[in-house]
Amino acid sequence: MIVFRIDGRSAIPPYLQIVQQVKHALRLGMIEPGDQLPTIKQVVADVAINPNTVLKAYRDLERDGLVEGRAGVGTFVLKRPDGPPPPLLAQLRRSLDRWLRSAFDAGLDPESIESLFESGLRDSLSEEEDTA
Amino acid sequence: MNTLALEATSLGRRYGKTWALQDCSLSLPTARVVALVGPNGAGKTTLLHLATGLLQPTSGSIHVLGERPGADPEILGRVGFVAQEMPLYRSFTVAEMLRFGGELNPTWDRSLAVDRLESLSIPFSQKVGTLSGGQRGQVSLAIALAKRPELLLLDEPLASLDPLARRDFLAALMESVAEHGVSIVLSSHLVSDLERVCDHLVVLRNGRVAVDGDIGGLVRSHRLVSGPRHTGALAGVGEVIDRTDTDRQTVALVRTVGPILDPAWTVREVDLEEIVLGYLGGREGSNAPADPTLRAVRPAPSEVGS
Repeated sequence: MIVFRIDGRSAIPPYLQIVQQVKHALRLGMIEPGDQLPTIKQVVADVAINPNTVLKAYRDLERDGLVEGRAGVGTFVLKRPDGPPPPLLAQLRRSLDRWLRSAFDAGLDPESIESLFESGLRDSLSEEEDTA
Repeated sequence: MNTLALEATSLGRRYGKTWALQDCSLSLPTARVVALVGPNGAGKTTLLHLATGLLQPTSGSIHVLGERPGADPEILGRVGFVAQEMPLYRSFTVAEMLRFGGELNPTWDRSLAVDRLESLSIPFSQKVGTLSGGQRGQVSLAIALAKRPELLLLDEPLASLDPLARRDFLAALMESVAEHGVSIVLSSHLVSDLERVCDHLVVLRNGRVAVDGDIGGLVRSHRLVSGPRHTGALAGVGEVIDRTDTDRQTVALVRTVGPILDPAWTVREVDLEEIVLGYLGGREGSNAPADPTLRAVRPAPSEVGS
């Protein structure tokens, strides 16, 4: 069984921290398909967060097809997360490099680039949340 | 699910000439964990006492779980209340305190209280007055939950607890939400403790509601913007909640209605605490007309050079 850690000072919302920790544990083989995730009651009793936060995290994982909730029993692991195929990853990386070059050409320093990237990422995440 | 946990309409309560709570309108959904936040004297305790029926409104109306508190003894059984000083009989043992709770409450789940206190290794033969603050908090909570309330109101439950006891108390509270679906309203003058456990926020200020809403929605719709001292409107800003001006710069907490793309402005996400502080420091009341402009304000003479 895995134990979640919630960092209250992190900019990453608690539900996403749970999602990431489950995926991380799956990639590292700490949990395997067939294993049960801690129940919502166990998690909230352990880390003192709102039950809906855990529910949201588990629903996210369910939507990704990684876990399955069985009514009255619990949430079980179905499969490991799969990353994007390597060619797609390389392609994304190349377009990022192009964007970075244009940002440097425009005179931005690494710090401004970081904040620009972060705010763009946050905005698109919150847009996704709004439509979810 | 149409019934609201708590609904207040133009609710007011006056003590002598002072309004402790004024023109308070709220709709708190069930199955939520509501944070009731404000400085001391903002009206939190008054609102909770009105909700339990311990106080009667001077004006307006309040309903809990669709009923008027105090009108019918039946509603008392459905609402639990943990008062600020966690009132327990200090000379009673824990076991006696539980028996007392059982005698007073028509619905009483003794095993719930016993299991809970046993799992925390709280000795039943010990006098309540000799327990630690954290243990007393847990006994109060266990008694309130054993009533099996649909709505549990807690007045500053964390104020007297050390950080570890706070965490344990909140964990126990969240467990009961997960297990029994209890609706919770808890007041605090600190918000940092509540960020992880609450999903709805009410800020009271000077006896009025400054803001009321779903926490996720509030966090998504508020930003801290900083930029050159500004006189006009900024696209994307719906309302300026709080602002600080120096002679060159303006920093403001704003409610957004769209993305703020003006490159002259730095836009940062805010956490719950910053939102609360913004509303506590900002303009009076939430009923003031929305002001989308960032007009320059001249600092008062006393602020110059301070």
